[in-house]
Amino acid sequence: MNIYLDLFLTFARVGVCTFGGGYAMLPILQREVVEKKGWATDEELTDYYAIGQCTPGVIAVNTATFIGHKRKGVVGGILATLGMVFPSLVIISVIAAFLQNFADNPYVIHAFNGIRACVCVLIFNAVMKLRKSTVIDLPTAVIFLVVFLLSAIWGVSPAIIVLVCGVVGLALKLMQERRGQKGGDEA
Amino acid sequence: MLYLRLFYEFFKAGLFAVGGGLATVPFLTDIGASTGWFTNAELANMIAISESTPGPMGVNMATYVGFEVGGVPGAVVATVGLVCPSIIIIIIIAAFLEKFRSSKYVDYVFYGLRPASTGLIAAACWGVVTISLLTILSTEGAVVTFSLNWQLLLLAAVVYACTHLERLKKLHPIVWIALSAAAGIVFQM
Repeated sequence: MNIYLDLFLTFARVGVCTFGGGYAMLPILQREVVEKKGWATDEELTDYYAIGQCTPGVIAVNTATFIGHKRKGVVGGILATLGMVFPSLVIISVIAAFLQNFADNPYVIHAFNGIRACVCVLIFNAVMKLRKSTVIDLPTAVIFLVVFLLSAIWGVSPAIIVLVCGVVGLALKLMQERRGQKGGDEA
Repeated sequence: MLYLRLFYEFFKAGLFAVGGGLATVPFLTDIGASTGWFTNAELANMIAISESTPGPMGVNMATYVGFEVGGVPGAVVATVGLVCPSIIIIIIIAAFLEKFRSSKYVDYVFYGLRPASTGLIAAACWGVVTISLLTILSTEGAVVTFSLNWQLLLLAAVVYACTHLERLKKLHPIVWIALSAAAGIVFQM
């Protein structure tokens, strides 16, 4: 299949399967983009989420643009994003035109409660999978835990967290490097 | 003119809302207040629908507001307006990253970013869990009283067990979403 068409259709599929925000998209992305297509790795996904969370815009769109751009440059980025928003355009337009009371329908409410419980588990599974490749030693385990607490309990802004942790990562690695060099000199 | 305004308003939301779908809500409230296109009650209905339909929430909300204001062309214009800043900013960052990919310093930064990003997603997961599975009854200072929604908790446990069975692991996530929706309807969750 033409790669541009493939980008559009794959992200349209991701869009249809996403219920909720950009985080609900993660398990779908892992399946469609990482496992099926091999367009990105789990590590790259976490990188894109890190950047997507501290740059303006909807996280889902930021991530789609990143992956599309990696595959096929600017045009790829645009097509992946258009693919992802396409199902929303169709579905929401239909609902807005014909089903004004959609959200009050008891069947919709019950179905959505079930979906939310399921999405919790899917995101949890996705996090566990990411953790394998991102939490690799003691310092990264500490960063993971501290960030989780800061964000979950105190609601610290992701932008600040991402900036600080980038600096911490750089500092830790530079210190390790220096220590390694010293060790080398002595030996 | 109307479409230009729609594009401008959503471009602004896309440019200044940092942190995903819910971050766009205050901008939508502003748009409603300054243009008179929709009331707060209508906005609440639109948010509810955006949350319970497929697609990222922020995108759904833009589409919905755009449609209400200017039909299908309005929906397209608002959505394109919302995603434009993301596309421009991310393409610049992506190009920059590609250029410096071989730099070890970029690797060092990501060494700290990756666990942080995973922690943020875990926190978001925790947020979804508290909204979906717990019903907060009251909050007094640090003391939070809540009740567990047993039906939904049971459903989550079943889905968790199923997604870890060797035979079912390979099933597409949408299968579990569809089955959970059906379970929600059948058991009136």
